[in-house]
Amino acid sequence: MNRSRETKALISIGIIGLIILFGAPHSLDLFSVISLTTAVSLAILALSLGLIWGFGGILCFGQTAFFGIGGYAYAIAALNFGGSTGAILAALIVAAGSAAVLGYFMFYGRLSDVYLAVITLTVTLILYSVIRRTSGPEYKIGIAKLGGFNGINVPPINYPWDATQFLYPEHVFYVAMVALLLAYFLCVWVTKSHFGRVSVSIRENELRSELLGYDVRLYKLCMFTIGGAIAGLAGIMFANSIGRITPDVFNLYNAALAIIWVIIGGRGTLIGPVLGALVLFYMTSFLGQQSVVNINLFLGLVLIVFVLVVPKGIVPSLIQLWDRRRSRRMTARSAKKMRRRGRSRVKEISVEE
Amino acid sequence: MRSNVVLETRSLSMHFGGVVAVDRVDFSLRENELRCLIGPNGAGKSTFFKCITAQLRPTAGDVVIRDFNVTGSESHQVARMGVGIKTQVPNVFDGLDVEENIWLSASQSASVKRARVITSEVVERLELGEVRKSPLGSLAHGQRQLVELGMVLAGEPWLVILDEPTAGMTQDEVVRTADVIREINQSATMIVVEHDMQFIRMIAQKVTVFHQGKILVEGNMDEISSDHRVREVYLGHRKSS
Repeated sequence: MNRSRETKALISIGIIGLIILFGAPHSLDLFSVISLTTAVSLAILALSLGLIWGFGGILCFGQTAFFGIGGYAYAIAALNFGGSTGAILAALIVAAGSAAVLGYFMFYGRLSDVYLAVITLTVTLILYSVIRRTSGPEYKIGIAKLGGFNGINVPPINYPWDATQFLYPEHVFYVAMVALLLAYFLCVWVTKSHFGRVSVSIRENELRSELLGYDVRLYKLCMFTIGGAIAGLAGIMFANSIGRITPDVFNLYNAALAIIWVIIGGRGTLIGPVLGALVLFYMTSFLGQQSVVNINLFLGLVLIVFVLVVPKGIVPSLIQLWDRRRSRRMTARSAKKMRRRGRSRVKEISVEE
Repeated sequence: MRSNVVLETRSLSMHFGGVVAVDRVDFSLRENELRCLIGPNGAGKSTFFKCITAQLRPTAGDVVIRDFNVTGSESHQVARMGVGIKTQVPNVFDGLDVEENIWLSASQSASVKRARVITSEVVERLELGEVRKSPLGSLAHGQRQLVELGMVLAGEPWLVILDEPTAGMTQDEVVRTADVIREINQSATMIVVEHDMQFIRMIAQKVTVFHQGKILVEGNMDEISSDHRVREVYLGHRKSS
C-alpha cells in the first residue's frame, strides 16, 4: 500500500513537471520565463544537497562550490570550444571530478561531520576569494578571461553539435526543466537502488554498516561525487539562465541558502528541497521588489521558525499530518461500524425475547 | 592440529598512552569452537574484541584470521571475510524497519533474490514477525539486541564474535538468545564476550579468563569455577559484593 502511494506520488510529480515544462513558456512573459529558469537551476542545486545530506548523511556546507565550478567550467569550455555540447559534458566531468578529489581526502581521511561541513564551506569561500582576484587580462584559460568579480559572459546554449543555432530563453527553460526532471528521477533511482539503501544505512549508523562489510568511505565518496555532478548541472543551467557567471555563486550567502532550502523543504525527501528552493526563490524576489523587510532578516527568521516549529521540513510534516488524519478517519469509520453492529445485535436479542 | 586454528593473536598488545589494555596476548581459536571471554571490568576484553575486529589498530602483535594477517586492515574487510560482529552497545539502524536492517546485512554478500529469502528466514527464526515493519528506534532494548543478532545471522558468517549479547535483556530473552547462540554454533565458530556468569554457564564449552590485559586461565566451565585465581579476581569479588 505504501509503495503504491509512493508510485502515485512519483507519477503526479512527473505530470506536474511536464505541465510546467510545456505550459510555462506559453502563459508567462519572457522575463518570468527567464527567472523561472533561474529558479529551476537553483532547484537542481537543492536537489543535489537533498540527496547527499538527506540520504547520504553528508552535511556539505559548500555544495555551491560544485555549482559554481560547473558554471565556470561550462563558460570557459563553451568559449574555448566555440559550442555548448562538449562544454556541458566537460563541465559535468569537472564538477564531479572536483567533488571526487575533495571527497577522497575527506572520507578516506575519516573526517567527522563537523569538520566536513567546515572544510566544504572553506573551499567555497576560498574559491570566492581567489576568483574575485582574477580581474586582470593575464588571468585567462584559453581564450576565456576569468574577469574577476565581473565574472564571465556565458555564450548561450546551442543545438547539439551545431554552434550556429542558439537557443532562445524559452528553449533554455525547456532544457533546464528537462534537466530538473532527469536529475530528480535519477536521484529517485539512486535512493531506491542497493547503493542508495546502503547509503541510508550509513547515515543511520556508520559503524554498523562497516561491521556488515560495507566500505563506508567508498559509498560516501560515490554519493558525494554524484551530488557534485548534479550540482554542476545546476551551475550550467544557472549560467545559461542569466547569461553570466560571477564569483558571487561561491559566497557565504548562497552556501547558507542551499542549506536553508533543504531544511525548509525537508531532509530525507527529494521533492522537499526542490520545493524549498522554488518557494524561497520567489518569496525573496517578491520581498526584494517590495523592499519592506530586509531579505536576510527574513531568511534568518524563516530558518529559526522552521528549526523550532517544523524541524522536519514542509514535505515530511505534511506527509505525517496526512497519515494521522487518515488513520483517525479510519478508526472513526471502524468505530461507527462496530457501533452499528452492536446495535443490530441488541435488536436481535430483543426479537428473540 | 594447527591446521584447524581459524583465529589467532600473536603477542597482541594495545596501549592507550601509558595504560596497557591488552598485554602480549597469545590466543587461538579452533574451528567450530564456542569460546567465552570473561573477566572483571577493565580486564581488556572489549579492547581485545576491538583489536580482532579491526576497530582498533593494535600497538604491537598480529591478528591472523584463517592464515590471513588482518592487522592494519579495515573493519569492513574483516567483516567481508565472513566474520559476523555484534558490538556491546546495540548498533542498529534506528530509523529503518526490522526487515530493512536484516536485509542490509543479507544483501552485502548474497544476491538480491537470496537476500530476500534470508531476511524472511531470519525474521521467522527470531520470532520478529510482529514487528517486522516497525522502525528499530521504537522497539524495546532486548528486541533491538535480538535484531542485531539477526543481522549477524543474515550475513551467514563462519565466524561470529559477540560482545555482551545479553546486556540489558529480560530473563526470557536471555534464554532465547542462548538457544540462538547454540544454534549459530552448529554452523559457525564463535567468540562470546560476556559478563553474566549465569548465561555463560548456559552456553559455554571453553572459557578464557582475562585479567589486567592478560589471559589468566583457560579451560572448561568446571575448571574455571574451581580455579582459585579466578575466584579471587572475578567470582570471589562478585560474591562479596
